[in-house]
This record gives sequence, structure tokens and C-alpha cells, in this order.
Amino acid sequence: MRKKELKLVITFHTTADAMAMEKACKENQTPGRIIPVPRAISAGCGLSWCADLSDREEISEMMKRAGIEEEEMHECMV
Amino acid sequence: MIYMDNAATTMHKPQAVIDAVIAAMGSMGNAGRGANEASLSASRVIYNTRDKLCRLFGAESPKQIAFTNNSTESLNIAIKGLLKPGDHVITTMLEHNSVLRPLYEMEKKGVKLTIIKSDEKGTFDLKDMDEAVIPETKMIVCTNGSNLTGNYIDISKVGELALRKGLLFVVDASQTAGVFPIDVQKMHVDVLCFTGHKGLLGPQGVGGIYVREGLSVRPLKSGGSGVQTYSRTHPAEMPTALEAGTLNGHGIAGLGAAVDYIQEAGQDKIREKEQSLMRRFYEGVRDIPGVKIYGDFRTWERCAIVTLNIGDYDSSEVSDELLTEYGISTRPGGHCAPLMHEALGTVEQGAVRFSFSHYNTEEEVDKAILAIRELASD
Repeated sequence: MRKKELKLVITFHTTADAMAMEKACKENQTPGRIIPVPRAISAGCGLSWCADLSDREEISEMMKRAGIEEEEMHECMV
Repeated sequence: MIYMDNAATTMHKPQAVIDAVIAAMGSMGNAGRGANEASLSASRVIYNTRDKLCRLFGAESPKQIAFTNNSTESLNIAIKGLLKPGDHVITTMLEHNSVLRPLYEMEKKGVKLTIIKSDEKGTFDLKDMDEAVIPETKMIVCTNGSNLTGNYIDISKVGELALRKGLLFVVDASQTAGVFPIDVQKMHVDVLCFTGHKGLLGPQGVGGIYVREGLSVRPLKSGGSGVQTYSRTHPAEMPTALEAGTLNGHGIAGLGAAVDYIQEAGQDKIREKEQSLMRRFYEGVRDIPGVKIYGDFRTWERCAIVTLNIGDYDSSEVSDELLTEYGISTRPGGHCAPLMHEALGTVEQGAVRFSFSHYNTEEEVDKAILAIRELASD
């Protein structure tokens, strides 16, 4: 297994929201990718957006512009 | 075969729709059930179709569009998920059983129901609807186009009435989605119920429901959602709230391609072609002795449907003759619209419905006219 790093992980209420996030990020060339929600955050399944901590501000601003609502924003080891 | 039963389902689908379904069947995992590429591919295709439908219907956000099997499921969700005992609901004689039967079920549970009368042309007076509103009235549910006569109902006027009276407005767009412009926000539609396999030109088994932002509908089903696994209740957020269980991803891929096709070909062009074929047929048969046509033809702003009878002949016999002698597919009988047939006086005889697609040709229409002329002279 590769070594874990501290990352920004954004969770969503629905899969549709996660897909909206991926689409908006691609369109805006915002960094990150879809990963399964880490169990450290929730055991409840689903998709989340994973990116470097340093991209947090850029991502937040893009989400505001695109009207994408997160469930929570976490910093965790993934 | 000359296929003229497009109000039941559009049999001729764009090649791009067929290709999209086949591609999906070779590549799709289960949407929202993991982050593997196959699953993500399904999630992306489904989200893109949601997005396309959101734009097509002028919804606030793709989240407000949930996928269902068909209009019937969407209407059941809307009617059973928004009404409660003691509420009053208004509908019309134009409706299909997919509206009427859920309403009759709710009536047994204590919902009061008013059905606005239709005249002999198959239209109703908005004034009657206005006057039917009482303090307990919660909802108006009404079709955008009659599946029997093809009469088009201007839902923006009904939407204005619902808005003015503070009522929920549920629209059955089975005959119009994909063909007529629909803007749910401008038309004050709270819930839009549509199917993918008629005017939207997609596969059977996929439809949808638009729910206005902020409006909460009790779901019919609960179950797998791909999120919140350890919660004992199904997620309340749209669209997941109304999408328990694995979606018809292959069908939704086809529907997405169908919306693209409609946008590229031009919705107005498609509708005008259908309407011109309808008009050609209507003008070709209306003066044939013994032919009786139903519906309101004072305007051409109507669904591409011409429904008729020949003398006292049973509509099933006429439809069978059309098929066996001329190779023309039509739909006889009651068309799941019992009250509309009552209003037209055709409960016993039924009626023969011709419904056109933009894929039909003038030559096909002329053959159908000739067939009716010959059958009527027998």
C-alpha cells in the first residue's frame, strides 16, 4: 500500500452532487479527483472529491461560483 | 409496415440513441456504487442526462430531476407523495389512467376529487377549474396534451391559476415532453412527469420527474442509494430521495443521446414536421363520408394525433383491417382514457388513433388517407 498523505476530502449529500462537482472541476480545470468516501470520515459509502490541501481556496471559490453544496470539508489521511 | 402509433411509443429511434445504449451496455457499472471507472462512467452518463433534461425543461438544477421507469411511476410519486387525507385535488376528463387511478386510490383514503368536465371537442374551460377551487384544494394535476384527441393544453395558463390560488401544479407531459417547449419555472409547474420513450425518442423503461426546489415529496420506495448506508432511513435529498435501487443506466444513456438529437435536429422543426403530417392526414380524411374525427382542430397547435371512427364500425375491426390489408399500425379501443371516451361518446365503439412521428413521410400519410377512403366506401 502506498503511504498516506494529508488531503482535502469533500463529501456530498448525493451522488448527483459528486458528479456535478466532477463536471464543474473539469470545466474549470480545478484540481482533484473522485474517490470513495474514506471510512475515517464516514462508513456510509458514497463518492467524495479529493485534492491537495493547498487547493482548498481555489476549490471553495469554484464551488461557490458553480452553486455546488458540500456536505462537509475534511482534512484527513488518504 | 407504416407505423402510426407514435403516441404509444415512438418506434423509430435515432441511430445515436441505439448506439448510446449499446455502448453503455458494454461499459457501464452501477452508478454511485463505487469509484471504479465502470461505476464512475455510469454516474457520469446519468449525471449528464440529468443535466440535459434540466436544461430542456428549464429546471433550477439537475438535482431536481429524478429518474423513474415512466410517466406512470412519476405520477404515482407525485400524487401519492404530495396528497393526504382531507386534501382536495382538481383534475380533468382528459386524463390518462396513470393520473386517474392513483387519484381514485387517494380518494378511497379520504382525498376529495373534482374532475373538470370536457366538452364534445375534448377541451375544458379554465373558468370551471378556477371555480372548483375550495379552501381544502391542494393541487391541480393536468395533462399537457390528450393522448386520445391530441388536444394541447396551455399549461402556462393553468400554472398561473395554480400560482394565484396557492396550489401545487402537477403536469403529465407524456405526450409533449421532447416535442413542445416546456419551461417549468416560467410555466409555474411544481412537478413535471414525463416518459423517455415517446416524444423524447429514448428507450422504453426510462422516464423522470422534475420536482420544484424546496418542495418535498414522500417517496414511494426506499432502499439502496449508494450513500448513507448505515442510516435506517432513505436519504431525503433530491434526486436520491426518489431514486431507490439501481437506475436504468443503459436506458438513461440512450435518453441522453435522444435529447442531444432533439437539440441538434431542432425541437421546433421536429414538431412542425409532425404537425404538418397530421394536418395533411386530417385534411385528407375529414370530408370522407362516414368518417368522424374527434378533438379540437380549430388550432394546429396540437399533438400530432388524429383520432377517428368510420360509421358504426368497431374501432378494433378498423384498426385490424388497416394492419392486415394496408400494413398500417394504429391504436384502437380505449387508450387508457376512460373519461375522455365518455365525453366523446365513444365508450362502446372506441376510436382509431393515428399518431405521427417526424420520421413518417407524406407518402405514408397519403397511403393512410387512401386506406380510410377505401374502408369508408365498403
